[in-house]
This record gives sequence, structure tokens and C-alpha cells, in this order.
Amino acid sequence: MKYAYFPGCSLHSTAKEYEMSARAVCRELGIELEEIPDWNCCGATSAHSLSKDLSIALPMRNLAKAEQMGMDVIAPCAACFNRLKSADALAKDEPETLKPISEKTGIEYKGAINVISLLEAISRIGGEEIKSHVKRDLSAMKVACYYGCLLLRPPDITAFDDPENPRSLDDIVTACGAEAVNWPYKTECCGASLSISKSDVVVKLAHDILSMAKRAGANCLTAVCPLCQGNLDMRQTQIEAKYGEKFGIPVLYFTQLMGLAFGIPEGELGLKRLMVSASPVLAAASG
Amino acid sequence: MPKTEASERLTISEDRSFRDEIEELSGQEIAACYQCGECTAGCPVAYAADLAPNQVTRMVQLGLEDEALKSSMIWLCVGCETCATRCPRKVELSKVMDALRETAVKRGIRPSERAIKTFHETFLNSVERGGRVHEISMLGEYKLRSLDLFSDIFLGIRMFLKGKLAIIPSFIKGRGEIKRVFGVRKRGA
Repeated sequence: MKYAYFPGCSLHSTAKEYEMSARAVCRELGIELEEIPDWNCCGATSAHSLSKDLSIALPMRNLAKAEQMGMDVIAPCAACFNRLKSADALAKDEPETLKPISEKTGIEYKGAINVISLLEAISRIGGEEIKSHVKRDLSAMKVACYYGCLLLRPPDITAFDDPENPRSLDDIVTACGAEAVNWPYKTECCGASLSISKSDVVVKLAHDILSMAKRAGANCLTAVCPLCQGNLDMRQTQIEAKYGEKFGIPVLYFTQLMGLAFGIPEGELGLKRLMVSASPVLAAASG
Repeated sequence: MPKTEASERLTISEDRSFRDEIEELSGQEIAACYQCGECTAGCPVAYAADLAPNQVTRMVQLGLEDEALKSSMIWLCVGCETCATRCPRKVELSKVMDALRETAVKRGIRPSERAIKTFHETFLNSVERGGRVHEISMLGEYKLRSLDLFSDIFLGIRMFLKGKLAIIPSFIKGRGEIKRVFGVRKRGA
């Protein structure tokens, strides 16, 4: 299966390990990714926070390019996926709202293609096929599957999995031979874009998530969004200092976890780029 | 009733123009909200705000413009869409918050959470310059504008050492198109 690939800004900077592992896992599963040429930022939370029209116009340029390629779009980042999918829904359901924007930008998008997240694309492959690629025993990994917000909400737009108790990532983790723990914070918000401008809120929300994962018996977390991963991984030292509680819970991208199960070399998965090292958990897994 | 007491009460506006304006920009039927509070129960940031999400909706229903537009809630909202997912009246409150923020900026209302607005502006400036976000220059501009110079310095260094921050920005070729895309912000043109 071949898709137009929208990496988004994070996968070229703070979340390069997500791109590395996504590409490696897709290669293994026969998912071909062709990067959208000269793609631009989706606008993220900042665009829809300040201008509705801009939040539509920025993703539209990428969608128009993918439409020219004649392929459905895969976006690994949950925020990019949400912004692209929201603009795509307007093109399909209320095309008249895009006209005034097209007149100003000269960019036209007809809605002839679809947008899916990387999680959905991999889910479609199915547990049995995923199992057939597993080479390494990860049964010592007790994983809290963290879906975050924007991959599943609002459900009318995202049209994927159950927004209150999603299972798709748990199923993939289970197919990879790790244990998906049962926990109630799968879709709680991490504070996302407030990370820089209101970091005390993010530190509290991320603490609540890590703390619940620990209580549920998880020894690692898996994420699908660079913002979630960043808030839980990069701010973990700060969280531990503020709350006086040691977590040491590595937060792997789900593609890193899959890559480990598939026996892909750790260097190709960018594991060293995580702030909280996954080595202790992996040593237990290989031991 | 003595008149002095009445003057201290909030004046509920008979004029529906504010509610209509926010309904149009957000595409949401704000009048449908029956104040059950489901949005507030699930909101991850309501604890830090001056008004709860359902209270903001009430202010809009009642035409209390200033109260709604000056609320810190409209800036703290991260757009996680929990409220929009759970609302039994199908009001996507996150879209209402977007509309209130955009309206507050257009009217030049000083935001109660200035740093959050500065961050969003700085982020978009970075996208407008190169087509993609360049973290180092964006964070530099944010720090200068917010005067929040020293927080997260050590985190920034650790990120740099992990290769998470690119020094050279990756400018796209279609920057002329991006200029036109940003032209949509100028309304009424």
C-alpha cells in the first residue's frame, strides 16, 4: 500500500526518532511512504487559536499537493492528523466554506483523497500479520498505551476507534508480544501546546498521567503524538523534582516499540534520543 | 429595591448580536447548551481558569461580552476536544473558545494569559517566515517577547544535546504561497 506522507515539523526536529522508527516499521510491513513535496506546517494549535481561516488554509496547501499525487495521506503526528482531517472534512461536507479561502490563496482542494493517522494505517494491517513479523520477546514490557486527544477527538471528524476507551494501540502492543496494562488515562490530555507558555499546567497534567500509569503497574508508556511524548518524556525530570516522586518511565513512540519487537536494530529506531532511557526495561525484556 | 444594589449586578443584554456573532464564527449553536456541566467535568485546564467552560458558554448566551472575552479560560483551552466529544447538546465548545479568542484579539482586548497568546503569535511568525516551524528561533523570539528568559534553559540544552533542535531552519520553496496563505488572516479583503 502506498501513501502520501506528511511528516510535519516535529518529526523533522524534536521527534526525529518517531520518523526514523515509523519509516523502519512501514518498510517492514510493506507500507510505502512518499513524502509530500515541499510540505508546510499544519498550523497546529496556534493557527486555530488565532485564526479559523488560517487553520484551514495551511493544511489545504498540503492536501492539494497530496491530491495531485493521487494518494491518501498518512500523518503520524496526532495534531497534524487532526488539522489535516478537519480541513478535509470541510472540503467533503461544506465545500462552499473553502471557496473564499481558495480565492485568496489560489489553492484548491476538492476532497478527492482521504487522511488517516499512522496508527490507523498500521491497525488496518491486523494483529495476525503484525505477529508474523515479531522476532524479539517483549513480554517483560508492561505498557500503558497512551492515545492522547487529537487522534480520537472529535469522533465525528477523526472517525477512528472509541474516543473514551480506544483499543487499537493496545491490540498492536499485544500483537507485538508486550503486555498492554489496563488503565483509565488512555485519552487524558497532557496539556499539549501549553508546554512552553504555561508549563506548570503541563507538569501537573503529565504528572497525573505518569502517576496513573505507575499505579496500573506499567514499566513504560507508548505514545502516538510528538507533543504527548515530549511532555511526558522531556519534562519527567522536572515532574519528579516537583512532586518528589521517582518515575523513570520511558515513553516510547509506538513505532519504536514495534520496531523492537520486529528485531530492527535500536540505532535505526532512535532509542538513544529518548530523555528517559528505555535500557533498564529492555534489559529486563532480553533477560 | 435600592438602586445602588441593582447597579452592582451584571447587566444581561437583550441584544443578541454578540451571541449571534460567536455562533456564526464558531459554527456552533450556543443557545442549545442547557448548562449540564459535562464540559467542565472533563476539562483538563478548568482548574487553572477564572471561569469554568460552561460558565463561559453562559456568558455568551447572556450577551456578557466583557466577561467572556476577558476570561482566562479562552486562552487556557488547549483544544483537546474532550468537551466537544462529550456534550449531550452537540456543542463543540472548543470551537466556541477559538471564536472567542479570535474575537478578543480582533477587538484588542488584553489577554489575561499574555504568555499563551505570545506563544501562538511567535509560532505562527515562524511558520510565516519559513513555511515550517523552526524551534530554536521561535523559542528565542518567544523568550524575548515574553521576557521569560531563563525557564527551561537546562531542558533546552538537554534537547540540543539529544539532537532534538535543528540549528539551521528548513525553509520551504513555496514561501510565496505561504505569504498568500497568511493573507487569509486579513478579514474583509
